[in-house]
Amino acid sequence: MFTGQEIAAPLAELGFTHVVWVPDSATGPWEAALDAAPGLRLIRVCREGEAWPLAAGLHLGGQTPLVVMQTTGLFESGDALRNVLFDLRLPLFALIGVRNSLVAASRDSAKTFAEPILRAWGLDCVWLRSAADRPAFAQHVLRCRAAQQPGVALLAEGPP
Amino acid sequence: MLQRQAMPVVDAVQVLIDHRGEDQIVVTNQGAARLWPKLRRHPLDLHYNPSTMGGAVPLALGLALAQPRREVLAISGDGALLMSLGSLVTVAGSGAANLTVVVLYNGLYEVTGGQQTPAGSAAVDFAGLARSAGFRSVSRFDELTAWREQAAAALTTPGPRFISLTVEPMPAEYLRSATPSLAEQLTEFRRALGSEQAGG
Repeated sequence: MFTGQEIAAPLAELGFTHVVWVPDSATGPWEAALDAAPGLRLIRVCREGEAWPLAAGLHLGGQTPLVVMQTTGLFESGDALRNVLFDLRLPLFALIGVRNSLVAASRDSAKTFAEPILRAWGLDCVWLRSAADRPAFAQHVLRCRAAQQPGVALLAEGPP
Repeated sequence: MLQRQAMPVVDAVQVLIDHRGEDQIVVTNQGAARLWPKLRRHPLDLHYNPSTMGGAVPLALGLALAQPRREVLAISGDGALLMSLGSLVTVAGSGAANLTVVVLYNGLYEVTGGQQTPAGSAAVDFAGLARSAGFRSVSRFDELTAWREQAAAALTTPGPRFISLTVEPMPAEYLRSATPSLAEQLTEFRRALGSEQAGG
């Protein structure tokens, strides 16, 4: 849906300073572009549970991080997310890849539970289902920032 | 509990407090988040409780990357560090030269009543783990006199630094001490970071 260039340039324009990520097969190809983007630093973590507190530290220190992970990692890191977004009350933004979302017949539980769990947490989500949804990403980031609230963009992915 | 030489944890932490710089950020969790604020309060302290499950080290790394001119000290129990052992690799890979990670090693989950970590009675070489992960400076102390004598050097070698302190269980009076509320801490912490940033 997005090439590395197509995602790196808007992230820098939106003022993101760091991308804290665990890649998947859809976001992984962005690595070179994210690494090369001026003003953006790619931070690789070993497990998604590290990503949320690391982004929290960046935010508290005055930076503007974006958390990137797949739904599987979202589930793994739920307590870290809860802690950072609700206990520390930090308005972090995340891009979550939803595996098999573009496969209509898929019964992948990583797809089934993604949005319901985010909704249960009360997180404001938008879907990026095609290239035509690109503007929705920037609009959602800016809307969440203005409201000083966390936000999520769900990236519809094909099979792994 | 460890069956080997260990130092009183209050004395071991007091050495860190004695060497703490005024513009240094300190992040603690679990038992250390109860002990440290009972000994010393500072606006640049962030006692990251409750139940952060190993989150103190990555949070401290984020602060270190965001504030590269400031030293950041992360203090974790060994139980918490075992929950996020990969964060040692993340720290080393980041190259954050201004970060020191200290593990208070006693082999116990203290805040839940002193149960053994999965290591049981085995001695885990946290310093060896940190060295293998790629930390630039690694040291280990099991005895208070040596820790006192060498702390200044261990805390100023090229970072990222890792220091393993083998300690005795925390006295109950400190474990019962409440961590300051996050809301209060964050207000003060942000003000301290903001005012000092504004001041150059």
